[in-house]
Amino acid sequence: MRVMAQMAMVMNLDKCIGCHTCSVTCKQAWTNRSGMEYVWFNNVETRPGLGYPRSYEDQEEWKGGWVRTPAGRLKLRSGGRLNRLLNIFSNPKMPSIQDYYEPWTYDYETLLNAPAQENFPVAVPHSLISGKQMNVEWSANWDDDLGGSRQHAAKDPMLKGIEDKVKMEFDETFMFYLPRICEHCLNPSCAAACPSGAIYKREEDGIVLVDQDKCRGWRMCVTGCPYKKVYFNHKTGKAEKCTFCYPRIEVGIPTVCAETCVGRLRYIGLMLYDADKVLDAASVEDDHDLYEAQRAVFLDPHDPVVQREAEAAGIPGDWIEAAKKSPVWKLISEYKVALPLHPEYRTMPMVWYIPPLSPVVDVIKDTGYDAEDHGNLFAAIDALRIPVEYLANLFTAGDPAPVDLVLRKLAAMRSYMRDINLGRDPQAHIPEAVGMTEEQMYEMFRLLAIAKYDERYVIPSAHGEEAHALEETATDCPVSDYDDELMELSGPFGEGSGRGSATPVAVENFRMLQTRQTSDTLVAGGAKRGRVNLLNWDGKGVPAGMFPDSEKDASVATVDGPAQLDGPHARPDNTAGSDGKVT
Amino acid sequence: MSTFLWVIFPYICLAIFVVGHVWRYQYDKFGWTTRSSQLYESKLLRIGSPLFHFGMLGVVAGHFLGLVIPQSLTDRLGLSHEAYHIIALAGGIPAGIAAVVGLAILVYRRRTVGPVFSATTVNDKVMYAVLALVIFLGMWNTIAGSLLTIGGEYNYRDGVSPWFRQIFWFQPDASLMEGAPLGFQLHAFLAFVLFAMWPFTRLVHVFSAPIGYFTRPYIVYRSRDSRPGAATGTRAPKRGWEKVG
Repeated sequence: MRVMAQMAMVMNLDKCIGCHTCSVTCKQAWTNRSGMEYVWFNNVETRPGLGYPRSYEDQEEWKGGWVRTPAGRLKLRSGGRLNRLLNIFSNPKMPSIQDYYEPWTYDYETLLNAPAQENFPVAVPHSLISGKQMNVEWSANWDDDLGGSRQHAAKDPMLKGIEDKVKMEFDETFMFYLPRICEHCLNPSCAAACPSGAIYKREEDGIVLVDQDKCRGWRMCVTGCPYKKVYFNHKTGKAEKCTFCYPRIEVGIPTVCAETCVGRLRYIGLMLYDADKVLDAASVEDDHDLYEAQRAVFLDPHDPVVQREAEAAGIPGDWIEAAKKSPVWKLISEYKVALPLHPEYRTMPMVWYIPPLSPVVDVIKDTGYDAEDHGNLFAAIDALRIPVEYLANLFTAGDPAPVDLVLRKLAAMRSYMRDINLGRDPQAHIPEAVGMTEEQMYEMFRLLAIAKYDERYVIPSAHGEEAHALEETATDCPVSDYDDELMELSGPFGEGSGRGSATPVAVENFRMLQTRQTSDTLVAGGAKRGRVNLLNWDGKGVPAGMFPDSEKDASVATVDGPAQLDGPHARPDNTAGSDGKVT
Repeated sequence: MSTFLWVIFPYICLAIFVVGHVWRYQYDKFGWTTRSSQLYESKLLRIGSPLFHFGMLGVVAGHFLGLVIPQSLTDRLGLSHEAYHIIALAGGIPAGIAAVVGLAILVYRRRTVGPVFSATTVNDKVMYAVLALVIFLGMWNTIAGSLLTIGGEYNYRDGVSPWFRQIFWFQPDASLMEGAPLGFQLHAFLAFVLFAMWPFTRLVHVFSAPIGYFTRPYIVYRSRDSRPGAATGTRAPKRGWEKVG
C-alpha cells in the first residue's frame, strides 16, 4: 500500500443554474491574457449539447485518453511513444481554433466616434487572432440553454444509441448544466503524452500542473487529454491548464470557481488513495467496472491501518484529519452519490458529479403528480429511461444501474426530508429502500442542502514549516512582496526587476477571506485588530482602521511615509499573512 | 581576409552559438519553445512540417557523413569514390528536395494564412531568410556541383570537410576553403551566420528533441518545490530577461 493524498472536487448538478459565474471568475483570475482568449479552465456546458471544444467527447475523432489493449495493458488512444514522436512535427489530432472558437472583440471606436447620423452605428466584431473583421459563428457557449439544439444538441456524442428516443420528445425532455474543470486525474493521459515531461502530478496533493519552464510546445497533451482541458497558449507557445488554484489551496482556501459558485454546489476535500492500485484499476476489462474499480482505489481515512500507512508515507497528521472530514469522501464513498465523469477514458478523474434528479422531477411535475413522493419518483426513474441512459453515458460508461441507484437515493432524500419539514413522522422505510440509514440520509441532506463554507471546503493548508515559501503567505521577507506590491513593482534595477515583481496569484489572502467569511458585518475585521480591508469596504464613510486614531496623529506625524505602515494599527489587511500564524 | 572568413569568423559564430545557448537556457527557459502555429492552421502544416523536418533530419545526417567522416576512413573501408558519391546523392537529393518543398509550403503558409503571418516576428523572418538561403545554396552545390558538375567537379571531401574538422582541432587551414567554389564558400559562410543567430531564434527548439520520452515513466510525480520563490511557473522572473507577455 502506497498512500497518497489527492485534492478532489464533487459538484452537485441538481444545484447548478448555469449562471457561468465560475467560468467568468476563473477567467478573470487565470486566463484574461492574450494568447489565452479562447481558453476556459472552467466552462459550463448545457447538456445535451456539444460541449467545449465542439464534440470533445467523441474520442473516435479526437483520440484522447487511454485504451486497454487486448493484452490488458493501457495504451494512449493516440498511439505509443514512438508513434507520438514521429508525429511531433504536426499533431494529427489537435483541435483547431475553429473547434474551440475564434475569439473576438468589437470595434467600439466606431460607436464612440460616430457622428450624429440617421442610421445606428454598429460595432463590428474583429478577430483577436487575425485582427480582421469576422462573423461570429461559434463560441464556448453557442448552444447554451439548448440554443439551436435541433442543429447542435442532436450531435452530442453522448446521445449515440439513444438519439432516436431523445429526438422524438426533445421539447419536453430534459436539460441540465455540466460545469467542467480539469479532472486532476490519478492516471493523467495528458502527462503521459507530454514528450518533455513538463506535466506532472504533485506528490502532496495530486494537483496536475504544467511546468512552464519545461514545456516546449509539442501540443501532445492537448490530444492526450480526453476532456480537452489542456490548452495551447498561442502567444507563448506553451500548454496551460486548470491549476486547481493551487496557490489558494496551499493556504487552505477553495478554488476560485468553488469560492464564487452562487449555487454552492461544489465540494472540495481530500481523498486518500492507494497509488499502487491505480494502474490495475484503470486497466479492468469491462468499462462498466471502472467506476467501482476507481472507488476501490480510495482508502478509508477512518481505518487505523490506512492512517498508519499514510503517516509512514509522510502525509501529515492534519491532512489525515482533513481526509476524515472530507465532504468529497462522504459523497463518493459513504453515501455513494457522486460519480466520475467518463470513467471509460481510464484516466481515473478526480472531479466527480452528483447526477441531477431534476429532469425526473420536472417530468413528474409537468404531469401533475406529486414530484416529492418517493413512490412517484422511483416509478419515474424506472420509466424515464432516457435521462438515466444519457447520464449513464456521461458518468458510468453507459451502465444505468449506478445512476439509477444514485437517483433513487436523491429521490428518497427528497421525500424523506419533506416529511420532516412538514412535521410529519419520518418514514424509516424510505432510506431503507435505497440501503441507507435514517441518520445517513439526514447527514447527506445536511451536506447537500445546508452545509456551511467550512463543511463544503475542508482544505488542509500546506505545511507551516514551509509556509514561508508559499505563494500567498509571503512571510520570508516582510518588506518585500505585498507592501511593495501595493506601491511600485520595482527592484534594484528599475521597474520589473528583482524579487519585488513577483505577482501573487490571488489577491485575497487566507486571513482576509476567513475574516470575511466569519464576520457578519460588511466591513470585516477592521475594528477588531486595527485592520482594514479595502476590498470589502462598502464605500460608506471612512473604513474603520484606515487612519490612526486622532490622538496618535500627533506622535506619528513626524515619521516618514512607509514607517506608518509598520504600526499594528495602521497595517493594511493585505499584509496579514506576514504575521506568520498561517498553519 | 581569408583568415578572417575561414578562421576567425567561424570561431566567433561557434562561440556565440555555445555561449548563447547557455545564456538563453539560463535566462529564458520560458521562451524556449517551438512556438507552434498549429492552432491557427493545420492542413498545410500537416504536409509541410513533416516534409521539412524529416527532410532536414536527412540533410543533417548527410552533412555528418560528408563533413565528419574523413575520406580516408571510407577509403579504408573499401568504399570507392564513385560509390560514396552515389550514396551521398541518393540520400541527399531526396532529403534536400523534401526539405525545400516542405520549406516552400511552410513559407507559403506563413505568408498567406493571416493569423500565422501576424504571429511571425521580424526575428523569424530574418532567420527564415538565412535558413532558406543556406538550404538553397546547399541544394545548388549538390545539384549543380556534384550532379551536373557545372563548372567542373569539386570534391568537398578534399577541401571543405577537412577544414570543418580542423575547426574542432583548433588548426583550421584557411587555404582549404579558399580553393572551394563560390557556392560552397557562401554555403559555409551563411551556415556560420545561422549558427550565430541560432540561440536567439526559435531554432533553439532543435535542442529540446524529447529523446528522454522513450525512457521516462508515463506519469511524472514531483514534489512541491519548497524553496522560496520556486513555485512552478510563477517564480519571480530572473534579472536580465524581460518579462514575456
